[in-house]
Amino acid sequence: MSEHSTYIPGNAVEKWLDDRLPVVRFAREHLMDFPTPKNLNYWWTFGAILVMCLGVQIVTGIILAMHYTPNVAMAFDSVEHIRRDVNGGRIIQATHAVGASMFFVALYIHMFRGLFYGSYKAPREILWILGVLIFLLTTATAFMGYILPWGQMSFWGATVISNIFSAIPLVGESIKQLVLGGFAVGNPTLNRFFSLHYLLPFIIAAVVALHIWALHVPGNNNPVGVEVKDTRDTVPFHPYYTMKDLFAMVVFMIPFAWFVFFAPDILGHPDNYIMANSQVTPAHIVPEWYLLPFYTILRAIDFNVLFIDSKLGGVIAMGGAMLCLLIVPWLDTSKVRSGTFRPMFKWFYGLFVLNFLGLAYLGAQEAAEPYTTLAKVCTAYYFIYFLVILPVLSRIETPKPLPTSISESVLGKAHA
Amino acid sequence: MSTQAEHTTTNRRDFLFVATGAVGAVGAAAVVWPLINQLNPDASTLALASIQYDVSPIAEGQSVTIMWRGLPVFVRHRTEREIEEARAVPLSDLKDPETDEARVKEGHAEWLIMIANCTHLGCIPTGQSGDFDGWFCPCHGSHYDSSGRIRRGPAPANLVVPPYEFVSDTLVQIG
Repeated sequence: MSEHSTYIPGNAVEKWLDDRLPVVRFAREHLMDFPTPKNLNYWWTFGAILVMCLGVQIVTGIILAMHYTPNVAMAFDSVEHIRRDVNGGRIIQATHAVGASMFFVALYIHMFRGLFYGSYKAPREILWILGVLIFLLTTATAFMGYILPWGQMSFWGATVISNIFSAIPLVGESIKQLVLGGFAVGNPTLNRFFSLHYLLPFIIAAVVALHIWALHVPGNNNPVGVEVKDTRDTVPFHPYYTMKDLFAMVVFMIPFAWFVFFAPDILGHPDNYIMANSQVTPAHIVPEWYLLPFYTILRAIDFNVLFIDSKLGGVIAMGGAMLCLLIVPWLDTSKVRSGTFRPMFKWFYGLFVLNFLGLAYLGAQEAAEPYTTLAKVCTAYYFIYFLVILPVLSRIETPKPLPTSISESVLGKAHA
Repeated sequence: MSTQAEHTTTNRRDFLFVATGAVGAVGAAAVVWPLINQLNPDASTLALASIQYDVSPIAEGQSVTIMWRGLPVFVRHRTEREIEEARAVPLSDLKDPETDEARVKEGHAEWLIMIANCTHLGCIPTGQSGDFDGWFCPCHGSHYDSSGRIRRGPAPANLVVPPYEFVSDTLVQIG
């Protein structure tokens, strides 16, 4: 979108560079002059916050790798060594561990924002799908990272999740052995997960670049969901949104810092401060909080469906839950993007958010009544929302009248 | 115009193009395979595939967990009551129908030897508990009976009996 930039090389050196590698022009077009809808609210700052989170994880992670040992005999002690002996290690390790949680806080908010404001609708389907891909990659990265301290939860979390592969008919057991490098989780597993945990963030960064590229083709969606019509609807990204994003980052860092300084372990599990023991399963295995909703869906299927046994059924349900996100642009065919103008959608969406929190709560409970029944109910609503409610609402709902332009909606608000 | 005419018939050049591509694809696959195969269990892991274990110290009613191929294995010395209980269950009550006799060695019915990972997602069930005097998996709530058969919960199958044999009355070889 080179037409947005008014960049004219200021001197002979800039002109020389611009003819050979126009990085300054590129930065001007995409980081400074990029036309951005002028009505973006604070829910739109989480993209920038997520870039910051990825940066924090990569920087702290590279430092931790300088002191960590990926071997079953030494891994647990090396993490304690980082926390006790390494200069500033206590804070750096806590930032990385808390950072993973904060990453997911921002990720979920970013995704729920997209789901409310219809940011996945044409022409932004690829943008949305790349986002879901980033979510899946981040989940895989966080999961492998949680194995590395080699505590009880690390070991048993890895055991439970790697057994998901064994649910695949015929080739499942071979795939599981290929992934683990043995018959059970062991040293080969830890070693390769460390390698992949180091690799994946850079792949995420590459997909983030594609995600931003896909964003800069159609431009941002916005809270009223009406496309930008002329230049009066937009402001340049810099300084308007660079400053707004920076402010949001600072606010986001407040709870982040609180956790790091005062409660670095509160989001973890005490069992992970016991070294991994392949002979004793903790009484109650809980994944990290950010995986809980999907974990609930996995174990909600405790009955056979036709020829599909309960184990494969659970895996299919969990995979299906993620697949729903990928295909949501084609499930919700309503022409109106923003939930603000959809009187019925709003309520079902609100219930979906509560239901998702419910799924997270249930994932941390033991597998007993009434939780098992509630888990089935919440799992059912998750799928009904995507597969029934969204397609049906698209047909039967009468949306409220849309403002004719972003400018009108902004000025209208000012008058009211 | 001439290029279009050339493409109407298959010629030597098309054949060479496809043949080169095919050889290239085989070559690429041959390079990729060892890069994937290195992930499979290595020689040191496979070397531990067979162990011998003396069961004589295990008292009646007691259960121990030993390691085989990196997997925990239950060795349980069952009481008469537990054996009778397991044999009294009609096969129609079972999710994964299998007789108790088929799960132990003839003449050694008191010894139940099974891989200790829940067939759901691999946790180690707690022994001598659950609603069927067998095992209870705390992770996702599967109940196994005193023959290690799945009775209730998400697990799809009975606890797995590894290949083993009694070398003597008290010595078991697993694997």
